[in-house]
Formats: sequence, C-alpha cells, structure tokens
Amino acid sequence: MQLARVIGDVVATRKDDSLTGVTLLVLQPIANDGSDVGRTLIAADTVGAGVGEIVFFVRGKEASFPFYPPEVPVDAGVVGIVDHWHVG
Amino acid sequence: MILARVVGTVVATRKDPRLVSNKLLVVRGIDPRGKAEGNYLVAVDTVDAGVGETVLVVSGSSARLASGMKDCPVDAAIVGIIDTVDLPD
Repeated sequence: MQLARVIGDVVATRKDDSLTGVTLLVLQPIANDGSDVGRTLIAADTVGAGVGEIVFFVRGKEASFPFYPPEVPVDAGVVGIVDHWHVG
Repeated sequence: MILARVVGTVVATRKDPRLVSNKLLVVRGIDPRGKAEGNYLVAVDTVDAGVGETVLVVSGSSARLASGMKDCPVDAAIVGIIDTVDLPD
C-alpha cells in the first residue's frame, strides 16, 4: 500500500456496468514528509474518503477485492483514511 | 487507473482468437489537467470510446475484469468515458 492525498474526483457517465455507484478519486501519492511523489492516478473509493484527506491505497487486482463477490474492473483502490502517521 | 486520451485506432488481422471482434485503441496517458504524460498504450475498448475522448484505463490483470474480457489476453482496458475531472485546488 501507499500513502496519497485525495486531490479531486472524476465523473464518468458511460462506463462499465459494474462501476455504477463507485466513487472515483484522483490521488497524488506522497512521501514520508507529505510532499508529492510520482504521478497522479484514479482510484476507486471504498471507505468514504474525500478531497483533502490523506489515505492509503492498494494497487493491482487486489483493489477489486473490497467489492467482492462482484468483480469490478479497478486496479487501484482507497482502503483506509489516515488519522496520523509517524516516521521515526 | 489512469486518465488517458484516445489518439488512434489499431487494426490487426492476425491475433489471438480471444481478441477477435474486440476494438483496440491507442491511448496516451494525461494528467488530471489534460496535459499528456507517460507512454502510449494499446487498450481494448469496452465502452465504445472514440478518438479525442478522455477515458479511464484499467491496467494489469484487472483489465480482464472489464465487461466481456474474461480470460482474454489483455492488460489494458478502457472502462469509462470521462465527463469531468473536478480538482478543487
């Protein structure tokens, strides 16, 4: 998993049927100090995250597991909202 | 997933039988503000997208979860056509 900041959301009317009702967020991955690192990506939201929050997300087919048993075509998914983190 | 813009089409006569009758498009990754970044990809189209549209592309084994792609040899699929990208900042 990786830390990211939610910076936006996207709207798509025409999409795969199984994506109906799934919130799609724009994520900016961040480093330990909170600075931006790497490219933005689109992730499915399963925890009710919103713009401005720090979250962690999973990549790959595992991102579809929170929707199981339906198999939803997503390769990135927000699976937690970070309250705080500490790097020693 | 990534945002991408459809920039072209691909025609292949000789191909894996499981790809027959699937539309293949060339897409280029873009950032949320629409600026091109990253590589060109060939992606299978499951939502009837067209050249010039902004689309949502799912990569890796998840591409096989797109509608009609079960057990097909694909690693990138277009699963949505983007209407708007909202970036509050």
